[in-house]
Amino acid sequence: MTDSSIPPSHDLPEAIADPPRHSRVPLVWVLPALVVLIGAFVVVQQKLAQGPRIDISFLDADGLEANKTKLRYKDVEIGDVTDIHVAKDRKTVIVSARLHRDASDYLVEDTRFWVVRPRVTGGGVSGLGTLVSGSYISVDVGRSDKKKHEFTGLEIPPIVTADLPGREFVLHTDDIGSLSVGATVFYRHLAAGQVVAYSLDRGGASVTIKIFVNNPFDAFVTGSTRFWQASGIDMSIDSEGVKLRTESLSSLLEGGIAFQLAPNATSTASAAPDTEFNLYSDRDRAMRQTNSEVRTFIMYFGGSLRGLSVGAPVDLRGITIGEVKSLSVEYESDAGTLRFPVEVDIFPQRIRGHSRRNDRPAPAPDDRSETSSRELVDSLVAHGMRAELKTGNLLTGQKYVALDFHDEVKPDHVGWDAHPAVFPTTSGALDEIQDSIGSIAKKLDKVPFDKISARLVATMATLDDTLKTANRLLGQVDGTIAPEITATLQEAQGAMKNARSVLSQDGPLQNDLSATLLQLARAAKSVSALVDYLERHPESLLRGKPGDAR
Amino acid sequence: MTRFVTGRELGLLVCLHCHETVRSAGKDRARCPRCGAAIHARRPYSVATTAALTVSAALLYIPANLLPVMYTRTFFSEDSDTIMSGVISLLQEGSWPLALLVFVASIVVPLLKLLAMSWLLWCIVRKSPGHPLQRSKLFRLVEFIGRWSMLDVYAIALLVALVQIRSLANIRVGIGALAFCAVVVLTMLAAQSFDERLLWDTTSDD
Repeated sequence: MTDSSIPPSHDLPEAIADPPRHSRVPLVWVLPALVVLIGAFVVVQQKLAQGPRIDISFLDADGLEANKTKLRYKDVEIGDVTDIHVAKDRKTVIVSARLHRDASDYLVEDTRFWVVRPRVTGGGVSGLGTLVSGSYISVDVGRSDKKKHEFTGLEIPPIVTADLPGREFVLHTDDIGSLSVGATVFYRHLAAGQVVAYSLDRGGASVTIKIFVNNPFDAFVTGSTRFWQASGIDMSIDSEGVKLRTESLSSLLEGGIAFQLAPNATSTASAAPDTEFNLYSDRDRAMRQTNSEVRTFIMYFGGSLRGLSVGAPVDLRGITIGEVKSLSVEYESDAGTLRFPVEVDIFPQRIRGHSRRNDRPAPAPDDRSETSSRELVDSLVAHGMRAELKTGNLLTGQKYVALDFHDEVKPDHVGWDAHPAVFPTTSGALDEIQDSIGSIAKKLDKVPFDKISARLVATMATLDDTLKTANRLLGQVDGTIAPEITATLQEAQGAMKNARSVLSQDGPLQNDLSATLLQLARAAKSVSALVDYLERHPESLLRGKPGDAR
Repeated sequence: MTRFVTGRELGLLVCLHCHETVRSAGKDRARCPRCGAAIHARRPYSVATTAALTVSAALLYIPANLLPVMYTRTFFSEDSDTIMSGVISLLQEGSWPLALLVFVASIVVPLLKLLAMSWLLWCIVRKSPGHPLQRSKLFRLVEFIGRWSMLDVYAIALLVALVQIRSLANIRVGIGALAFCAVVVLTMLAAQSFDERLLWDTTSDD
């Protein structure tokens, strides 16, 4: 542009003056300040909200992802996994997690971490939700006061969380059966708790099981509570028949423990946590009365001991008062014979317990001495009590030891001088039958069967001869007597024919007979008329017919 | 070289609203006699305003790239994406043209805009002479491409509106998207408040 092309500036209107404003920093500078402020606020808040960092070691990181996997306590998110790396010793995986600030109190010594994944066990399916949502790390906050930031994660989810009301108890058993961690503890068929852990005792002779009984069931665990295995199917065949017992379907699969108060329970106060109990193998054993007094006897039975097993009941008219402890063979060197001692535990208290019902004065507790029970047994034996083997179940052939009173036995006594004492026995009914069958067989053995048979053969020959003679006799009869009989019969036939011709309808005899009969009838008629007339006119006998007189 | 004369040198002002040319008569701040709008030789506080907006945008550029712009919650997982992670996942899926587009539109362009504005402001404050034409062209380029940076924001807005299948899938806007949106808007405002004529003022004295 040149000067000439510029329009005359004086023609242009003049701008209206605007009062100058106070010079100041433009308002727009508030904006960056605001941005900085907000940024600072957010950063500070983030820093404040950020909780502690922890490391948890697991055997593997299956299902875990950095920045994705959450930490949850009671299903509330309390942190995130920030990093997963293999430990330096390459044995474990270290999962680093950042917890929320309010979760910092949870990091105590006995806080437990485990990964929740879908799991299928005999008792059921758990963690199914994690199939789609992905695994997460669950937290169970401990009760300790000591802080900790490095943890070892559990590989198996814990059965009991720290805040679950209830108590733990310890059980001892020889055999764990089919029990597993998580197996249910039943109280009257109600799920009352779970098996928490088990361990083999030092020495390997027994197993210690830790169980947790939930509130309110833990109140029923007292000093005299009995625990028994409710694992699977409890099937027993004994002298009482076949028994099948199971606690619940799930216990079939993963075992279970049941408990109940002993029948004669004395203590009703709840047991303290970690009280130790025995775990019995089945309900019967558990419920059996605790027998403070056990008397062991030896019984020598005459017959075979087949069918008698250890644990078979010692029965007193249907009441079990003891059990078979052992069976063995004994060689008696003096007599040079074998004996079969049956060692039996008898609980005399049970006998006494029953005597109490008969309103006899109950013995004082201190009366349960050895002498008193010895006297009791002595008196019973004196009254004829004997032991005998009886078959309890014909199907299974199981036997038991029956104590009963026998009138016809020889007087006997308990051999107290032996140890254990020898209890007198008597042979059972079956043994007697066996004996008598034996004697019959012996007698049969004496019968001279060979001689009898020789004689039998001779007799048979004679019989044969006799029959032959008889046959000959019959032949003669056939040849001579038969034709004569035929002739005689023919003659008889002729005679009969003659008789028929005489007697036939148009025969002369028949004709004569009918004419005679006709005349006889007429004569009878005349006689009848005469009798009639004479009846009306009896005088005619003297005077004759009146008509004649006229 | 042809001498260029500016209106200010001639004592003339132009009303930017009704394009009336008036004599300044020595006044730097005045009103248009025709439409009454404020007229000035140069926008007052243009540099300061532009600088403030640019600084704000630059500050917001940091969270815009660091914070997630989008939360994708599906039945199976919950993901959060920043702009850069979105670009990377697009690249991993093989759609590199789209990745390039997003990368250029959402990361390069805002950054270049911020750098360009800062440089232009720096030139004006330092009154550094030379290349006013290039600077002016650069400014116009910045002004032109500014609006295209909203691509990402539009995409997220669409997704959020469309993908709302309750529990099955759900997309939420992240705070990063808000920051990014603010960056774009602020740079556009900065470009608007920038008085291009200032670029030439440094050379006119020569």
